[in-house]
Amino acid sequence: MNSIATNFDAIKIDDTHDHAHEHHDSGGNTVFGFWLYLMTDCLLFASFFATYAVLFMNTAGGVSGKEIFELDFVAVETAALLLSSITFGFAMITAHAKKKSLTLLWLVVTFALGAVFIGMEVYEFHHLIEHGNGPQRSAFLTSFFSLVGLHGLHVTAGLIWMTVMMLEVSRRGLTSQTTTRLNCLSLFWHFLDVVWICVFTVVYLMGAM
Amino acid sequence: MSHSESKIIEQLHSDHHHEQAHGSVKSYLIGFALSVILTVIPFYVVMTGDFSKTTTLWTIVTLAIVQIWVHLKYFLHLNFVTEDGKASSMSFLFSALIIVMVVGLSVWIIYESNAMMMY
Repeated sequence: MNSIATNFDAIKIDDTHDHAHEHHDSGGNTVFGFWLYLMTDCLLFASFFATYAVLFMNTAGGVSGKEIFELDFVAVETAALLLSSITFGFAMITAHAKKKSLTLLWLVVTFALGAVFIGMEVYEFHHLIEHGNGPQRSAFLTSFFSLVGLHGLHVTAGLIWMTVMMLEVSRRGLTSQTTTRLNCLSLFWHFLDVVWICVFTVVYLMGAM
Repeated sequence: MSHSESKIIEQLHSDHHHEQAHGSVKSYLIGFALSVILTVIPFYVVMTGDFSKTTTLWTIVTLAIVQIWVHLKYFLHLNFVTEDGKASSMSFLFSALIIVMVVGLSVWIIYESNAMMMY
């Protein structure tokens, strides 16, 4: 009788072990679920790109892309975003190695580069609107502001999220839950970089040709 | 093979998977270097304006596609090795198919109807 009871205990322990394993797997599920969200976000960006491709010639007698795009300015913006991608990569490597202060340092660097990008974009938009080339001027400018602005809003959301993650890492350390969240943010950040490749190619480079 | 040996091999295998899923300093640096080259060339081609319009267009489109692939491989760690990697890669390929259809066909239809209105 006693041995049966012990066996039951053993089964019980096995059961909790399985449960813990399942819980561990849900981190991977979370990241995959977030990836699926990013794929739907891709479709949102794709429809904005389609709108831009259809409307970019309709300047209503106003400025065209060739007149307003300054490629050296865009090159610096691109450099900031590209650098922020690799610094976020270093943040993830240090996070997986459980080096808390280094992770925080790389996150701060990434945040600064992202902020430079957004600052430059706000300056560009402000400059255009000040010279009467706001989104209401022509269909071209509407689709330009919508597409580039949508990307900018995503990066801004990423910066807010990054601030929250920096607070979480500094207060709670690199628990497995926090690392999962950092993984999702990493996907988001690199994904926005991929979208930016499409933006600078389709909008700025093709527009300035 | 003894039990401990198989355990070590399993460990190595999972280390390899671990690297597939999160990347290493080396893989990030390779990705970054490629990505810088693939950004500088199209900017250079357009900013100097030395090439014909067709050459320029094909160059920047091709390099953009290559750069997207580089980012997907080295930064987003898409792969066909791990289970998670396969699922992510397949869902990406499906989205890419939908995007090519939505954007490509929309642009085709609108440009054709635009051309028909003109003549």
